[in-house]
Amino acid sequence: MNDAHLAVASVRDASLPLPPPVKIAARDLNFWYDKFHAVKHINLEVPEKRVTALIGPSGCGKSTLLRVFNRIYALYPKLEAKGEVLLDGENILDPKYPMNRLRSKVGMVFQKPVPFPMTIFENVAYGIRHHEKLSKAEMDVRVEQALRQAALWDEVKDKLKTSGLGLSGGQQQRLCIARAVALKPDVLLLDEPTSALDPISTSRIEQLVEELKQEFTIMIVTHNMQQAARVSDYTAFMYLGDLIEHGATEQIFSNPSKQQTEDYITGRFG
Amino acid sequence: MNEHNHIVKSYDNEQQALLDELIRMGQMSVAQLEAALDVVERRDDKAAERVIANDEAIDALEQQVNHDVIRLIRRGPMAGDLRVILAALRVASDIERIGDLAANIAKRSMALNLSPPLPHTRGLDALGRMAARQVRDVLEAYVNRDGEAALRVRASDAELDTLYTGLFRELLTYMMEDARAITPCTHLLFMAKNLERIGDHATNIAENVWFLIHGEELMPPRDKRDDSSTTVV
Repeated sequence: MNDAHLAVASVRDASLPLPPPVKIAARDLNFWYDKFHAVKHINLEVPEKRVTALIGPSGCGKSTLLRVFNRIYALYPKLEAKGEVLLDGENILDPKYPMNRLRSKVGMVFQKPVPFPMTIFENVAYGIRHHEKLSKAEMDVRVEQALRQAALWDEVKDKLKTSGLGLSGGQQQRLCIARAVALKPDVLLLDEPTSALDPISTSRIEQLVEELKQEFTIMIVTHNMQQAARVSDYTAFMYLGDLIEHGATEQIFSNPSKQQTEDYITGRFG
Repeated sequence: MNEHNHIVKSYDNEQQALLDELIRMGQMSVAQLEAALDVVERRDDKAAERVIANDEAIDALEQQVNHDVIRLIRRGPMAGDLRVILAALRVASDIERIGDLAANIAKRSMALNLSPPLPHTRGLDALGRMAARQVRDVLEAYVNRDGEAALRVRASDAELDTLYTGLFRELLTYMMEDARAITPCTHLLFMAKNLERIGDHATNIAENVWFLIHGEELMPPRDKRDDSSTTVV
């Protein structure tokens, strides 16, 4: 009697794609704004080169969580994070973790596009100069590459020397994305990147997110449920600082396992 | 399904309107089926014509369901709401088919009335009553969101199949005995087949009730007992 087939059954099915490796992991993460406990005991694994959406009603802690992932809070007093955020296995909350390294590994784009009051070219080149010494020719290549990645190159290639503030809202947001990807980060954090944009610009950004995930691990905070369902592979639902449910987007939006998630995404409380 | 109301109250109203239409469609299909069985029994052509004409009302309701579904989808429903809509669409189409099959039974009864009465419509009546019970039970399971009741309906489709296969054999025997019985028996066979199909639609609805509640298509395997496709005498 050959039992070989029984042994195979215990090994995972080789035809299934391997689950993506974990890029960022929060371990018992807590955050306080002075005495306000904004993020409570969060454990979350963010898979590499996938889009993870953070959803939840206003004030649930999703933007705070995003900000902890690049330690922006460290700029302000009375803010405190406890627990661990492991980026490639290293705890970025450790004060010994160099801020410079973190900034080059984790890029962030905010709700309202905020181009610097300088030329389109300089908007992208500015950040690169902080981290690397490049020749003029090398810099030209990097800026073009970043603008292409942000799907903006064709629209601005003839006016690189004009002010970034002269672009439309949607173009400004893509300029900010170009600025972030120019540093060749591993992770892109997008905090409601389309909430100030019209539907066409929103579609452009969503298309861009789909392309960018080939190369980057993306976390996106959004209030738009349909957007989360459209662009993300995984979705995490937060409520009052707690992570209520985290799973494949398809499952969360068609058959969530928690009543609170169901109530939120079907518009029953907010 | 969800005891909490939507923040947008008109969503609740529109969803309820959709469910009310489905319930009305379901009640009409059962009434049509019972009326069709009745006209076969009474050999009443006038009543048969009424049954055939009434089918239009079910078709119109299905159109209304489609229209309401499109309106709800425009709102961007999620999770349980999404399943309510998908299930409603599929259940409506099954009910519409049940209505068609019932109307077809009424239509064939008129052809049957051109021949002298046969003694063997009793088996058809039993099959019909059972099919009607299946439809009633599954609609009740749908209204009450009762997955277990839906499972029971689905399981008892096997009994309907057994009954149908029995009737099939019986009619074949009559046809062999007397060639003059071939025309009415063929109509009876089609009517029986319609009833068996109605049972299948009830089974579909049962599976949709399950999907609606549990969000998955998986159900335990089902016993199939319709052997008529392979039966020879």
